[in-house]
Amino acid sequence: MTYRISSRKVGKIFATTALAALLSSTAFAETVIRRGNGGEPQTLDQAKISIDIEGFIVRDLFEGLTVYDANGKVAPGVAESWTISDDGTVYTFKLRDNAKWSDGSPVVAGDFVYSMTRVLDPATAAGYATILYPIKGAEAFNTSKGQADALGLKAVDDKTLEITLERATPYFLQLMTHYTAIPVNKANIEKFGADFTKPGNLVSNGAYELTEYVANDHITAVKNPDYWDAANVKIDKVIYNPSEDQAAVARAFEAGELDVAYNFQADQRDFLTKKLGEDQVQASPALATYYYAFDTRKPPFDDVRVRKALSIAVDRDFLSEKVYGGTQLPSYTFVPPGMEGYTSPTPADVDKDQLDREDEAKELLKEAGYGEGGKPLKIDIRYNTNENHKKVAVAVADMWKALGAEVTIQNLDVKSHYAYLQEGGSFDVARAGWSADYADPENFLNLLVSTNKAFNYGHYSNPKFDELMKASYEEKDQAKRMAILAEAEALVLNEYPVTPFMNNANLWLVSRKVKGFSQNAVNEHLTKYLSIE
Amino acid sequence: MLRFILSRLLSSAPTIFIVMTLSFFMIRLAPGGPFNLERPLQPEVMANLNAVYHLDQPVWKQYIFYLWNVLHGDFGPSFVYKDYTVSELILQALPYSLVLGAWALLIAVFGGIALGVYAALRQNSWADYLLMGISALGNTVPNFVIGPVLTLIFAVSLAWLPTGSWGNGDFRHLVLPIIVLSLPQLAVFARLTRGSMIEALRADHVRTARAYGLPARSVVGVHALRAGLMPVISYLGPVAASVLTGSIIVEQMFSLPGVGRYFVLGALNRDYTLVMGTVVLISVFIVVLNLIVDIIYAFVDPRIRHD
Repeated sequence: MTYRISSRKVGKIFATTALAALLSSTAFAETVIRRGNGGEPQTLDQAKISIDIEGFIVRDLFEGLTVYDANGKVAPGVAESWTISDDGTVYTFKLRDNAKWSDGSPVVAGDFVYSMTRVLDPATAAGYATILYPIKGAEAFNTSKGQADALGLKAVDDKTLEITLERATPYFLQLMTHYTAIPVNKANIEKFGADFTKPGNLVSNGAYELTEYVANDHITAVKNPDYWDAANVKIDKVIYNPSEDQAAVARAFEAGELDVAYNFQADQRDFLTKKLGEDQVQASPALATYYYAFDTRKPPFDDVRVRKALSIAVDRDFLSEKVYGGTQLPSYTFVPPGMEGYTSPTPADVDKDQLDREDEAKELLKEAGYGEGGKPLKIDIRYNTNENHKKVAVAVADMWKALGAEVTIQNLDVKSHYAYLQEGGSFDVARAGWSADYADPENFLNLLVSTNKAFNYGHYSNPKFDELMKASYEEKDQAKRMAILAEAEALVLNEYPVTPFMNNANLWLVSRKVKGFSQNAVNEHLTKYLSIE
Repeated sequence: MLRFILSRLLSSAPTIFIVMTLSFFMIRLAPGGPFNLERPLQPEVMANLNAVYHLDQPVWKQYIFYLWNVLHGDFGPSFVYKDYTVSELILQALPYSLVLGAWALLIAVFGGIALGVYAALRQNSWADYLLMGISALGNTVPNFVIGPVLTLIFAVSLAWLPTGSWGNGDFRHLVLPIIVLSLPQLAVFARLTRGSMIEALRADHVRTARAYGLPARSVVGVHALRAGLMPVISYLGPVAASVLTGSIIVEQMFSLPGVGRYFVLGALNRDYTLVMGTVVLISVFIVVLNLIVDIIYAFVDPRIRHD
């Protein structure tokens, strides 16, 4: 019985696919790139996406006002130019005349008004609506306290879009590269409703259009002939492999079934480099920080000396080398390097030898009344379940035991871990990570503002810090603003509400055949910049 | 027989209902919800999401709402795969799992029985030891070891087969996943068959059949095998249910679009509606396949009648 069912189905799949193969092979010799996407998108609706692996696909399909170029710098997208008012609160974008949707209709300013209003509509429940909060009236509308028509979005004419902000936001052009700022096609959404993202339905304005989607197997997009820059798009077809099994992806790359692949197992770096060659195994610093947060509400972690001691006793080089095989870089600052115009202050003990740092840590603990001869120091490390996080926790526990602490570690799955922290659960030390939404130090430092209930896990509260952050929003001069932010970070680095361990790296396998792939901190590698030899 | 089938199907409805109810409340006991992400959402945004998905209502209301929808054939939208409903996700993925699972089951059952009978007939010979040794290995070496090893040999080094993905549905793509999926079950079927066949070969009726001078083929193939298959058949029901509904390990390893991974991803993502959908799916499969097993019993063993 089972045999008959299966043979019929296999037969059906055979027949349809054989036909498809025949059709595609008779068409024309097309350039195809096969991209390991690093995971499966949960949605292609720009209002609902929340993670880089969704962004990789959506950014090939759609184009916002600004985009990241091949080097990760902000560049014109649908907007060919823009002007900013003197007080920095009004942005006027001039849209390209030849920007078109994949159905041939022009991309107009009204599309952006529609799309951003949709993202901010509380009924859409966009997870990343906060990215657009700098827009006037956005927060009020999104929290059901204001109206859509009060939003600072205005289509002056079809090709002129005027966006008024709540306050000057020096990183606003960065925000406009974000996927929440990408336009969607109103007619398309009205026609198909929730099904608009499905292949065959989706109308997009980027270099590619969606043609096929088989969950966990492949997603296919082909070159959009209506794209304004189509003449410079060299690859005809993109096939995304949504597997998140990093070992399987590495095998597929090795077998020549993938041309580029995002993410490989960090501890496999040396092994892969030996096998595939250094040029095909790429690791570059990302705008992301791996850190532990202290619960500053309760002793002994309300004592700066204890926090400092624990922080400086951690051997970052060891974590970076032994746990991550050099794919994460040792870090002593909360804001990762690579933000344009910003340099983090240098923490005091960076250059000291690790042994000296340990001695200093012991002194500090003694002063605070802990360690040998003092009160017992009990520390519980919480982390979200993951093999590498576990190795880090075990190593850190060991380093802290050397100071005379009693250390226990516990893990929860990722949802439970973060739910606990966000709901204000009490803890000693907890693992956390943050990767930038936009390349500005504010995106990191904002996590430690005392009013930030969701992200300030350790409930760090320092009025001076809050004041500096406030001042940074009001400062219009970019250089001065960066100086204020650096001052704010200096406070964090002296008071240790969090202890940064490492900068994450973006890990890619890139075939020698692929040209135009350049490493960048924002980790954006649009297919339209790539070519295959 | 028809009455038996109908009454069994009717009596299984409450079972599925109880399973659904228990799962509905149990998944909500797990800490965190579908929208707790590694990178937390702002409270305002979380409130919007909870409102859209009715998670701001009391749990009993959510339960009644859910049951009402299920009675109307609506299993709700997936909380995590937001562009799809649960029914869409499962129905799109199920055919792939069924094809894969059916092949794997076929190979496991027939291969296992054949090897088991062979080993039983040559009990304590080197062939028996070899087969049982291999099957012990097949049963104990986990498929997440066998899979990558086979891939490294046949896909990466020899490049005979692709490393994964359904591709065009080309059989080459399915060879490795089917082997990995069927091997552990094949081993179990072989051992089960061998054990019960050895017993059956010593049974009185088989000895009698031999004494009557029946040809060996008929003694083994009809008289002994019938009795020897009983434990195999009982094992078949639950195994078929689990093999046909896919395996997350095999699907992840070979990047296949099956339904198996939704069981695990649904739970890990706290995708409440998806978890419920998979629970209903597996319950239905178990109920139906156990029923089929009971019917097969009646055919194989004349002593069992369902009237």
